[in-house]
Amino acid sequence: MNPSHSILLIAIASGITFLIRALPFLVFKKRQMPAFIKEIADKLPPAIIAVLVIYCLKSPLTVFGTETIAASIAIAGVVILHIRKRNTLLSVAAGTILYMIFIRCLS
Amino acid sequence: MKKYIKYAFSRTLPVLFGYIFLGIAFGIVLQQAGFNFIWAFCISLFLYAGSMQFVLVPLLAASASPLTVAITTLFVNSRHVFYGLSFIESFKKMKTQLYMIFSLSDETYSVLCSCKNEDPEEKNRPAWFLINLFDQSYWIIGSVIGALLGQVLPFDFTGIDFSMTALFVVILLDQVLAHPKVASRCAVTGLLAGIICLFIFGTGNFLLPALIVTVLFVTAFTQAERRKELP
Repeated sequence: MNPSHSILLIAIASGITFLIRALPFLVFKKRQMPAFIKEIADKLPPAIIAVLVIYCLKSPLTVFGTETIAASIAIAGVVILHIRKRNTLLSVAAGTILYMIFIRCLS
Repeated sequence: MKKYIKYAFSRTLPVLFGYIFLGIAFGIVLQQAGFNFIWAFCISLFLYAGSMQFVLVPLLAASASPLTVAITTLFVNSRHVFYGLSFIESFKKMKTQLYMIFSLSDETYSVLCSCKNEDPEEKNRPAWFLINLFDQSYWIIGSVIGALLGQVLPFDFTGIDFSMTALFVVILLDQVLAHPKVASRCAVTGLLAGIICLFIFGTGNFLLPALIVTVLFVTAFTQAERRKELP
């Protein structure tokens, strides 16, 4: 690990993140938003977060083993609990604890 | 001022627990990759983007190329482009506009949306700055605690990064439950594109193509719907 390279990477990620967040303010400073862009904008979040879920699960999905079983159980727990209670904190905490218990018990 | 502090604190209370917990998870993941609490503090202060911070850790550890980091950031955080759309007029009226834009995370965005929803005249707008500030503070505190705890406690934290997976599952579920018809189709598109690209491109390279394919499909079926609506 090279500290100055790490700082460069953090600066790049920070700058781009800010620009992304600022983009709509720059684009629509004076103009109206086209309806078509707004329609896509409304639909993208669930699609992109779904890809991120797969990104998180990349190793349990490609290498079948303890992680696969633990992740399946934990996600089932998260989904059931969240549909019943709708409490983000509770669902995330319970899922993480379930996962941490099962990867230890199964290995 | 006191009433705004109270208002902002009560609004951000659910985020407090979530961010401390996730921040700790991030701090531990970062510390395990060989970066101490000073790095955790700086990343949470300057980058302040939950999922990207987790994605950044292996890239930092592997000394990835600047271009890889730039493109990954662009795609992982592209969803943030749409958050500002709800607040263009409101933030314009604030002196702290730049910080409001900088600190518009997923959770802060949803808190501000609920504030705006129940207070359409935005009488409590002065408290919004505090909402953003409090949220980021929780996140910074959590990540510093995590990076420090990971060094001090002789406890095996393996698996704590699953909290990120669980959070994404919860956010996805919330969106599907709120808009069952549209969001579930988008979610299925993303899940399928993710899985198919994962098996084609492998674990190291699939995120970018998967996001591109997903955006193309969503654009395509939005266009198809529009055509159908035309006489």
